[in-house]
Amino acid sequence: MSAQPITLIEAITQALAYEMKHDDAVVVLGEDVGVNGGVFRATAGLQQQFGDQRVLDTPLDETTIAGLTVGMASQGMKPVAEAQFDGFMYPMVDFIVCHAARMRYRTRGRLTCPMVLRVPWGGGIRAPEHHSEANESIFTNVPGLRVVMPSSPQRAYGLLLAAIRDPDPVIYMEPKRIYRQYKELVPDDGEALPLDVCYVLRDGSDITLVTWGAQVKETLEAAEKLAADGISAEVIDVATLKPLDFDTIAESVAKTGRCVIVHEAAKTAGFGAEIAARVAEECLFDLVAPVERVTGYDTHIPLFRLEMKYLPSVDKIVAASKRAMAHS
Amino acid sequence: MSVAAEFQIEYLQCLKPDGTLAGPLPPAVDDPAKLVPLFKRMLFVRTFDTKAIALQRTGKLGTYAACLGHEATHVGIGASMTPDDVFAPSYREYGAQFMRGVKPRDVLMYWGGDERGNDFEVPRNDYPWCVPISTQMLMAAGAALSFKLRGQDRVAVACCGDGGSSKTDFYAAVNSGGAYQLPLVLCVINNGWAISVPRKAQTGAETLAQKGLAGGLACLQVDGNDLIAVLEAMRRATERARKGEGGTVIEYMTYRLHDHTTADDARRYRGEEEVKEAWTREPFIRLRKYLTDLKLWDEEQEKAWLEECGKLVDAEINAYLETPVQPVEAMFDYLYGDMPKDVLAQREEAIAQEKRA
Repeated sequence: MSAQPITLIEAITQALAYEMKHDDAVVVLGEDVGVNGGVFRATAGLQQQFGDQRVLDTPLDETTIAGLTVGMASQGMKPVAEAQFDGFMYPMVDFIVCHAARMRYRTRGRLTCPMVLRVPWGGGIRAPEHHSEANESIFTNVPGLRVVMPSSPQRAYGLLLAAIRDPDPVIYMEPKRIYRQYKELVPDDGEALPLDVCYVLRDGSDITLVTWGAQVKETLEAAEKLAADGISAEVIDVATLKPLDFDTIAESVAKTGRCVIVHEAAKTAGFGAEIAARVAEECLFDLVAPVERVTGYDTHIPLFRLEMKYLPSVDKIVAASKRAMAHS
Repeated sequence: MSVAAEFQIEYLQCLKPDGTLAGPLPPAVDDPAKLVPLFKRMLFVRTFDTKAIALQRTGKLGTYAACLGHEATHVGIGASMTPDDVFAPSYREYGAQFMRGVKPRDVLMYWGGDERGNDFEVPRNDYPWCVPISTQMLMAAGAALSFKLRGQDRVAVACCGDGGSSKTDFYAAVNSGGAYQLPLVLCVINNGWAISVPRKAQTGAETLAQKGLAGGLACLQVDGNDLIAVLEAMRRATERARKGEGGTVIEYMTYRLHDHTTADDARRYRGEEEVKEAWTREPFIRLRKYLTDLKLWDEEQEKAWLEECGKLVDAEINAYLETPVQPVEAMFDYLYGDMPKDVLAQREEAIAQEKRA
């Protein structure tokens, strides 16, 4: 399979199929994930291939999906649940915070919760209200969870396999805006990627651009523009937000002395604040410029006529980078 | 008028408050002698409960949720399960848990502020105490779904209170039970009060049992102070579940004779008359009379057994009191199966802090 290049969402399907084939404990559940293959097609063909005892459509209730998933995971299965959209996750938070994240802790390891909650994440697809939320920092503050966000087909495949195999609950956020942005070869070899590593996507020496999810696209484009102006930007895809591989970021900042953090979520207490704090704690004397954050505004993401004005853009990233470059 | 569907809710009582049978013994109890060990277990639970309250009052236990008055329901539920079944309690069903192998010291450890109370030696797959109301009902549905998908002959049994039946999670469990035809028994233990809010303020429904109807589950209301009725209700529900016929909601009518927890004072919101009346219907009087009339039990036996219970519970209390506090790193050690570097660093920091202190 997959001698052909595939998209990010096809890589997700490929990872699900691989793991279902090799581990009977893996089941997929969610709204419309069965015969319909998911509203974004992430589970396309899986019910046909594995049957309705492995790929389950659930009643239309997010609380139900979360509760059933925790119940199944704590009894030895490895459920991969889908929340249909980021904005519908909030009823699930009770189960994620109070039970999934605590099951191992509360029982001193007697019961565990090896589950994955997949969620199409973020804005920029001209969707209706509640379909475009960047809510990762709700989960990065919860002990016991892992929070993962791939930004390429290969990382989507490897990180999802790792998430399913991880012995603890993983929130796997899928940047829906880049589901079909481009294709690359993704060997279906079952090779998982580590769940605690940031990826340096572009080497640079003048400034470090740190981002994740769909903003990787704009950030790489910004780096290209900066290069045209003679500025060498290093681009880091955080990929796993929790636990954070801060060493990779620190190493880069030590080299460049400048750090711009780009994310889609609102600025205040967004995950960029955590990275900025770590930079201040651990890299202050490497810095030659204040840390910059290019983020969503502290508003709700507006309905789609305005949403592109809310989201970080190439121009905003370039401008912030140039402000940082003014210091030396 | 044409009728789309019609329903009835059965009320089951086998042993009346005066200790006489309401009819012939039901199939769950083929021999009254088998009730004796369960009656003894109820006495053990009450002994434990009384001593646990006293422990809290003397500062040797944290907040404790007493089970006074619920003993027949709890013991009957626990007695009706097999070791392979899974039990999902709320936070006061000690009688059911003792039947399954949970130790009194586990209960004390939990309310005494130590997570190790949830690490039952037996039963390994039962759920821990669940403080967020009724979430255990839906987790039990998930457990039941896992049994069904893997073709295992196991039943998930979960308990909530009358207040718990108002929660989204309860309705979600009912709905899932019907949608997937799950081997699931949802026990609503209606003790009249959700802290200070009476049963009638929870819902306009005539019974809580009927909430199962909306999900397509079997429904039954039971005298929860009648051990025989509890056993019969559980027999029907678990048999149904094992045959693949789906889930059941059982409403157990009982009464919370104590405060909600030791942090509560029920005198603020309920009258003495109501409590006095409830004491005439509590579960021990009728069963003691029934077993005594059959010459299966007598005062001497009870006195001797209660003395034995006192010793057994005291030994458990001592085991709890003598258990050393967990080392500080225990707060990190069960967070992840594969501990992240940053958590590991904080663990070292906490250990270092401990050495300095």
